[in-house]
Amino acid sequence: MVCTDNIDFTIPLQPAADRRMIKFVLMVNRQGQTRLSRYYHSVELSRRAALEADVVRYCLSRKKDQCSFVEYKDFKVVYRQYAALYIVVGITDSENELSIYELVHNFVEVLDKYFSRVSVYFSLQSELDIMFNLDRVHIILDEMIQNGHIVETNKSRILAPLTAIDKMVES
Amino acid sequence: MSDVVEKTLTALPSLLSLDSHPGSAKLSSTSKLGNLIRGITELTSKHEEEKLIQHELLAIKEQVSSPNTTMRQMKELMVRSIYCEMLGYEASFSYIHAIKLAQQGTVLEKRVGYLAVSLFLNESHELLLLLVNTVLKDLQSTNLIEVCMALTVVSQMFPKDMIPAILPLVEEKLNHPKEIIRRKAVLALYKFYLIAPNQVQHIHNKFRKALCDKDPGVMTASLHIYLQMIQENPDAYKDLTPSFVTILKQVVGGKLPMDFNYHTVPAPWLQIQLLRILALLGKNDQSTSEVMYEVLDESLRRAEMNHNITYAILYECVKCIYTIHPKSDLLEKAAKCIGNFVLSPKINLKYLGLKALTYVVQQDPKLALQHQMTIIECLDHPDLIIKRETLELLFRITNAQNVTVIVEKMLEFLCISEDDHTTIDLVGKVAELAEKYAPDNEWFIETMNTVFSLGGDMMQPDIPNSFLKLLSEGFDSVEEDRKLKLFAVNSYVPLLRGEPGKLPQRFLQVISWVLGEYSHLREDLEPAEVLSLLAKLLDMKNSSSETKSWVLMAMTKLCKGGTDASVTQEVSETYSSSLDTVLRQRAHELQYLSQDPELRARVLPRGANPETLEVDSSLSFLDRFVSEALAAGAAPYKPPHQRQEELDQSKALSLEPYGLSLPISMSSCSITDRQSPTLLSMSSGLSGDSADLSHKGGSSALKLDGVKRVWGREGYLAQREPVEEAAQVEVPSPIQSPGRQGEGDSLHSQTPTQTPTPEPEQEKQQLASSLFVGLASQSSVSLMGKSEPTPQRFRRKAKGQGPGSSFNASEQISSSLISPPSAVDNLLCNNLLDSNNASELAEQTSQLSQRLTTANGTCHTEAELTEPDTKGCNPALRRDNCVVAADPGPHDDPGRLTEVCLDSYLPAELSGLSHSEIAPLCANQSLNLSACHVQKEDSLILVVFIINSSESAIQQMLLQVDSEELEVSCLCDSPAGEMTSHSVAVGQYSLTVKRPAVHVEVVGTVSYQLPAGTSQSLQFSYKVPLTSFIRPFVVSTEEYGTMWLSFSHDTKQNLTLINDNQEPLTATLNALKKKLQLHVVEVIGMEGIVACRLLQDLPCLMHCRVNAGWLAVWLRSPVPDLPDCLIYHCQRALQSL
Repeated sequence: MVCTDNIDFTIPLQPAADRRMIKFVLMVNRQGQTRLSRYYHSVELSRRAALEADVVRYCLSRKKDQCSFVEYKDFKVVYRQYAALYIVVGITDSENELSIYELVHNFVEVLDKYFSRVSVYFSLQSELDIMFNLDRVHIILDEMIQNGHIVETNKSRILAPLTAIDKMVES
Repeated sequence: MSDVVEKTLTALPSLLSLDSHPGSAKLSSTSKLGNLIRGITELTSKHEEEKLIQHELLAIKEQVSSPNTTMRQMKELMVRSIYCEMLGYEASFSYIHAIKLAQQGTVLEKRVGYLAVSLFLNESHELLLLLVNTVLKDLQSTNLIEVCMALTVVSQMFPKDMIPAILPLVEEKLNHPKEIIRRKAVLALYKFYLIAPNQVQHIHNKFRKALCDKDPGVMTASLHIYLQMIQENPDAYKDLTPSFVTILKQVVGGKLPMDFNYHTVPAPWLQIQLLRILALLGKNDQSTSEVMYEVLDESLRRAEMNHNITYAILYECVKCIYTIHPKSDLLEKAAKCIGNFVLSPKINLKYLGLKALTYVVQQDPKLALQHQMTIIECLDHPDLIIKRETLELLFRITNAQNVTVIVEKMLEFLCISEDDHTTIDLVGKVAELAEKYAPDNEWFIETMNTVFSLGGDMMQPDIPNSFLKLLSEGFDSVEEDRKLKLFAVNSYVPLLRGEPGKLPQRFLQVISWVLGEYSHLREDLEPAEVLSLLAKLLDMKNSSSETKSWVLMAMTKLCKGGTDASVTQEVSETYSSSLDTVLRQRAHELQYLSQDPELRARVLPRGANPETLEVDSSLSFLDRFVSEALAAGAAPYKPPHQRQEELDQSKALSLEPYGLSLPISMSSCSITDRQSPTLLSMSSGLSGDSADLSHKGGSSALKLDGVKRVWGREGYLAQREPVEEAAQVEVPSPIQSPGRQGEGDSLHSQTPTQTPTPEPEQEKQQLASSLFVGLASQSSVSLMGKSEPTPQRFRRKAKGQGPGSSFNASEQISSSLISPPSAVDNLLCNNLLDSNNASELAEQTSQLSQRLTTANGTCHTEAELTEPDTKGCNPALRRDNCVVAADPGPHDDPGRLTEVCLDSYLPAELSGLSHSEIAPLCANQSLNLSACHVQKEDSLILVVFIINSSESAIQQMLLQVDSEELEVSCLCDSPAGEMTSHSVAVGQYSLTVKRPAVHVEVVGTVSYQLPAGTSQSLQFSYKVPLTSFIRPFVVSTEEYGTMWLSFSHDTKQNLTLINDNQEPLTATLNALKKKLQLHVVEVIGMEGIVACRLLQDLPCLMHCRVNAGWLAVWLRSPVPDLPDCLIYHCQRALQSL
């Protein structure tokens, strides 16, 4: 029979599926303002702002030569800076930090590829803003990460649904 | 990252931020979204933000419900709502409109509608039901984009009760000609598998088809499902190993289309996924591992490019190599690879290297030796994260020889760490190490003092508990015992004299208890002084009432009356009118006991060997009371979470009419269950009646000790495990002030030949020698310490206990220790000369810790064993008559003999059936009564044997049997009338349960007349476990489903899974089936449904589901109390295995 001594109390209180996963993706600027947030586990709305502020403050306090992976509470945070913008990903301890670090870069490359192209379609005079295309950035992210797991990393396939939509809107 | 990419990215920030952006100004002036965005970027305070967003929300609200709003405008409104929610302001009014937009919008509007739904709603939101129809429609659309959108949202969130409605459509899409549709269909199925695995049980062959899909994307998607399934049950998928190996080989070999590459590395994330799967499959399985050696070797070889992503793959590869059955040349290569990581100047790589090293040292501690200098450098690294990860590594290689140095490093870190989480984690680790490897008493006490001071009130409550337990159990040697306790007392008195206000509450509690128990050991310390020190704690403003009650208990133990009377009198008067009932009780105890020295001496005996009082935490002695209460109609106990759940259910909309055949909402309840793992382990009572109580008791077990001492209850005296003091023999250090410095010195002095090196280098090497000592000696020592199932509860991160049972460590090491002999190695070798002593020491320490385990464990196990009526009421059933007959032997056991003889009196029609042991009931000078019960397929027969053991006949014998819980009917004529001398009369009764109880009881009377004419009577009772009335109930899954919904009485509980070689669910169900005669209706994956009936035809259905190492069981029956009783027996049945 069970003896309490054998129980590992640290087993996370979530289904096995979630033991290795991405918990959230944030895009934040240097002032700590959230520009995009996507959660893959349920966090109450009221708690998100505090969590984001906390995480961001932590990442901003770190120097360039310091490790890009930090511990925050019971999870890890991987962050990557692109000039004034930080992309922050919360992951569980068993995830491979470096692969997530590169995933962030892949995401940015996809954004780069998409926006440099649509800018032609939309014939705007200048580059687009993430903020004006929040919906599209979300759609791209949805193609890459679902349920906290990486589901697609092939750039053209990530963009396929969105470009199809764009073409239809155009015509 | 390559420079080229970096450059292209510098363009990005301008994409991403608004600052000085000409185009945006133009856009923002034209749209409301633009206004909002500009507003947001110009915010300077939280207050402004609130004003802006509230204003925005009002505007959205107004517009969103206007009938004139176009879908295009609606889309913009949704994006604005998304912004508001992103900033933390709820826009719940827009949820329904998001669903509408998904329903009515076209293309991009529809997509944004779906997007908003997935951002706004969580998976259990009721509105999600409204999305089902839209999804259904879109899945059937001829427009592929719409199908795509529907599949995307389904694989993000879908109400699991509605899965059957769309499942056929999704399955159909698996054959779609377009790759993207097939891929998304697989991902949708993965989602279904995650939320309701039994719903997709039947399409496992289609998963295989997806795995073999010609498109790599579809195959990749199917790996998510496989990773998940293999995680749950690796044995079922071993046959796929060659497939995964082939896929990985092709990926690594660059056979995928170019667009799968990331920076010229072929599909890196896919490689990582495959490596994870292989690790799961190869773990503890030599033949499966052999299949993958070649491809792992190739992966290591191919991943040579200098890019982060190749290192990410390498990391996964190394982990895999160290997880599967070892192969020496692969291990060697992997070790080299880790070396490159930790030595790398890139800090992220260094971090990953440390993490990898932390993982592998659990299999092979000696690997740490190769990198000791790097590890030491990391220990002084300016980045705290690196430092922290290094400590994690050191924690894994701690042994009896290096414990002092490692703990010192950890404590140093604790002093600078500001993060609560880290503090709690590290404090737990230090306590664990101190208990496991403490070299001597003084070090132990001092370390624990630091732990208590730094850990404060955040630390896990079991740390002080187990510390005090250790202290009170003491050692075999009286002298050692005394020294340890005295040292503790000596270290606490100055603390109280100093500034006790600065100490955490938990520490004060520990101090109070120790002083109460042991301050008398210090002869020069007057109890009066201790009392006044303690009284001071009561006056402190920040003392919690819990602390105060500890203090009062301590004072109760100390007060002697006489001179101390004034202090205690004053204190007890103050608190005897306290509003806190616990404090008031303690104050009263103090008052009475201080005035009555005799009583005090009796309830608080001092000086005697501290006996380990056994606490029957399962409260099994109450079982009888509980079953009687239940029998008398009391409502069965429901644990709080269940009550809450029922309350919630009654409030929430009932979704049951959707009528799915299986109880699928199980998972939600078992999560709450798991929040208190002790709940089950301790409960042996009816459906865990006492569980909550005992759980509380568990978390403050110490307090219980205290209570026990006050009310010193007789009985339950546990066998105290003699605990040996380990290190004492080796290190006879002075009692007082051992000092960690001195400790370090003595360690260093073991290394006499120090090659002259520059000062800082030398320091590092000294540190190295003290850190890594013991690792290179017979590795079994430290490995043993690690691989033993230790009792420590503080293991926060169970980083995969090493399998390595058949791992030949020494062979591997001899080949990997090829680095040229450096000064460090010399030092190490010298240390190793002492390895005899050292390993002895380590062994003893590990013994110590093991003993402590058992000491901790006994409480539970014995409590279970000593349950009073186990023997009487649950006799083993036997199939045949001739079991005990063989050996009457020298011990003439009258009971046995009667039984042997009585077997032959068993009515002929029953003799072939299994019956319980014939148990003697009662006897007097003339009669001997025994009974047994016989299980027939459709009834239970009680057989009572009356033996006239006297020399004369008896008259007018009458046997009456009755029961409160049972329907008793006499089968043939009840034995009556005359009984000749030495004859046997047999009565048979058929029993049926009226009211279920855990044990049902039959009471009976035999009345008779002696030849002399005096009438006599003899009463007896006979207990039958409810299980005797349980029979298998054969139903089909469909029938089960219908019945399930119609039954109203239920109970839920988590049971232990049996973990032998079999699949745990099957093993557990089989055990239950065997023991309790249940019928296993069907096993589907991780779930099983089981049915039984209580004679004659009262069904009870059982739904079992494996969940995080537990068997979550849900019982339903039309009969009240039956589920509760049955769950009790299930628990017992699994316990007794």
